[in-house]
Amino acid sequence: MNKKIQNLYHAIGLPRLIIFTFFILVLFAAGFYKMDTVALLSNVLRRWGMYGILVLAMVPAIQCGIGPNFGVSLGIVCGLFGSLVAIELNIANLSIFDGNKMLGAWATILFAIILSSVIAWIVGIGYGILLNRVKGSEMTVSTYVGFSIIAFMNILWVTLPFKNGDIKWPIGGEGARNTISLESSFSEIMNKAGAITIGKPETGLFVPTGLLLFFFFLCFLVYLFMKSKTGIAMSAAGANPNFAKASGINVNRTRIIGTALSTSLGAIGIITYAQAFGFLQMYNAPLMMGFTCVAAILIGGASTTRAKIVHVIIGTFLFQGILVIALPVANKALTGTDLSDILRMIISNGIILYALTKAKGGASNEE
Amino acid sequence: MKNNFLSYSKKQLGNGLKNIYSNKVVLMFLILCIFGIATTGKPLIFTVSEVFTRFGRNTFLVIALIIPVLAGLGLNFGIVVGAMAAQISIFFVVYWGFTGITGLILCVLLSTPIAILFGFLVGWLYNKTKGAEMISGMVLAYFADGLYQLFFLFILGGIIPIKDTTLMIAGGIGVKNTIDLTGNLKYALDTVSMLLLLRILLVLYFVFSAANVILRKKKEGKSGYKLSIIKISVTILLLLLTLIPAIRDFLGTDRLLLLNAITIGCVLAILYVITKICSIKLIQKHKELEVNKYLAMIIIAIIVYALTYIPVVFDITMSISLPVCTYAAIILICGFNRWLLSTKLGQNMRTVGQSRTVANSAGINVNKTRIIAMCISTVLASWGQLIYLQNLGTFSTYGAHSMVGLYAIAALLVGGAGVQMANNKQAILGVILFHTLFVVAPLSASNLLGSSLIGEYFRVFICYGVIALSLALHAWKTIKKPAKQKELK
Repeated sequence: MNKKIQNLYHAIGLPRLIIFTFFILVLFAAGFYKMDTVALLSNVLRRWGMYGILVLAMVPAIQCGIGPNFGVSLGIVCGLFGSLVAIELNIANLSIFDGNKMLGAWATILFAIILSSVIAWIVGIGYGILLNRVKGSEMTVSTYVGFSIIAFMNILWVTLPFKNGDIKWPIGGEGARNTISLESSFSEIMNKAGAITIGKPETGLFVPTGLLLFFFFLCFLVYLFMKSKTGIAMSAAGANPNFAKASGINVNRTRIIGTALSTSLGAIGIITYAQAFGFLQMYNAPLMMGFTCVAAILIGGASTTRAKIVHVIIGTFLFQGILVIALPVANKALTGTDLSDILRMIISNGIILYALTKAKGGASNEE
Repeated sequence: MKNNFLSYSKKQLGNGLKNIYSNKVVLMFLILCIFGIATTGKPLIFTVSEVFTRFGRNTFLVIALIIPVLAGLGLNFGIVVGAMAAQISIFFVVYWGFTGITGLILCVLLSTPIAILFGFLVGWLYNKTKGAEMISGMVLAYFADGLYQLFFLFILGGIIPIKDTTLMIAGGIGVKNTIDLTGNLKYALDTVSMLLLLRILLVLYFVFSAANVILRKKKEGKSGYKLSIIKISVTILLLLLTLIPAIRDFLGTDRLLLLNAITIGCVLAILYVITKICSIKLIQKHKELEVNKYLAMIIIAIIVYALTYIPVVFDITMSISLPVCTYAAIILICGFNRWLLSTKLGQNMRTVGQSRTVANSAGINVNKTRIIAMCISTVLASWGQLIYLQNLGTFSTYGAHSMVGLYAIAALLVGGAGVQMANNKQAILGVILFHTLFVVAPLSASNLLGSSLIGEYFRVFICYGVIALSLALHAWKTIKKPAKQKELK
């Protein structure tokens, strides 16, 4: 019995226990302060779907052996670019969709997803080739590649000649705004699809069915891919490159596929995020998103070398749950302060640090 | 002799050019800077004086990075933690109401033990994450930022009572966004006069050599005795010289005109070279190569001095004055780095940097050496941040440290340093190039493209891009090497 508990403890891991206890504590605290727990929970559900796909993008990256993809910003800017093109072309308000606004919105988001995931796939191939050249220090390089691509795209966002009034600055300006409203294109289209409210219409638990279904559907697709021949080869190459090579797997090629898939998922993830949020956030907003995603999957139980779909689902829920619930609780406990942001920094970076100390890299056992 | 010297200088010049060419990053930045300076649309004086100010502010922080690089820890993204130590001490010193140089010394005294503690913790973490120090350092910086904000926003005023509420957010919990250092710590180091500095240095040197003489006399009698006596008497003579009114008045100021600085530098260099040549010629007769080196130094000194007679250069040198003490601190720390690397500890660090396996089998305690390197780097970073903030004059509580690591590392890499190799020269060159670009990029962009925003984004891009590029290049090289070695086998 004792051994079983110990095994369970090892399977769950200390940080997850702490985080989970913390989550429960925060929940109780919310109840203690008599807050609207149902509203908080529906917020958690919304953010679960919102961030889920971005976190899912970590799975192929970790499994193919490049480690947590801090450079997911590469995919994110592709997603932003795809959405911008979709808005610029004004697909939602084309004359064929005159009768049905809903259809127009779906067409826009579909167009954005397809376009940006194709672009992201191509970019991801190049990124994968780069990461193949720098084996062993992918994490540092990918972080800075992510940072520099954001800075580079900042220059582009300022200079690209957008015509659509939703995108460009209102008064005689050039370039994109800081936040672009999706009101007239695809705002909350997935959230509202088949949404149900449990309980009373105003105060009940709002379930964004479409968003969650899309998230789970993509999870399922990635799961299928990981079980396919290519996916298994990829995981093998990530787990033990030498062994994989010996069994005839082209390690570099599978790494490139994993990276490209991760980048594409990042692009789809940011579009899902933006539609749930109602705005496209340009410029430096996605700068630290990579860190948040990495932290979420690590909280879910992944390591820097192995990750499963379950980790994505659990990790995102826990991480976003804590953030959403802790904010009002902190506001009640300590008035007029923003503990949530600080909490996010400490938890997410602390968990990454913990995972790094546990990762026995190639160089750590040199002595 | 003459012919010899010519061929020597030709060779040196050729080597120098080749070095620059082989270091593509430096070359690229040189070209970018020259292009930027040419298109700023502002007078040259503006750019040069900006660069000099930034040089005084930032160089110390960049030099704090050198030791960990040589100890094989890579670029220390964790220097942000050192900067935090400095900022914590600054807050308390300002809160307690200390001003001027006393305040600064108190800051140093307070921040050093904190920085050592932080350095120890960082080193411990790096030992746990060998091979991934850089990413750990980066994540650590963000993690520490969270704790730092927790400290300043909740613990100060919340748990530690703060009576004086002028520094706090209305309500008494949490420190204000910016703390004005005008009137307390601003220019605390910059305004220390040359006279004071010189006297302190001379007295210290006097005490040091006197102690040396006494110890030597006890140990081994008269060897080296004469030279020490000469040194001591020169020190006393110099000290007496500072009492002469004309010299005292000249040294009494805290800023040195660039023109005077160049003149003094050239004269000192020539004096130094002459004594060296004399000693080589008189004592060790066969060292032609050395003589050539010193002759080259004389010629460079004369050329530099002659350059100041060009009207444009003369105007610039007349309009810029340097804070002497800050520059002295930079020179001292460069000297410290060189000295440290010549000691046994420094050699150990280099060995660890080359190969931990070899170091371990040679009986060096690898983990301990790495922790010491981290402590030194963190302490230097905290001092560097003190110098930076006292010169800047405003202390933004939650933002002052966030870019420290990024800018310092980018500057070092621009100077041609790598992940495993760095020296003082590269740091200095890097700071000059990087900050020149930093000054001119937005101005040029607004001049050429009509939008200064592009320039701002461009310089951020340059920062991140330089780091990404050099890290990628370094990783690429280190992968290629083992592959080649295998082929040879």
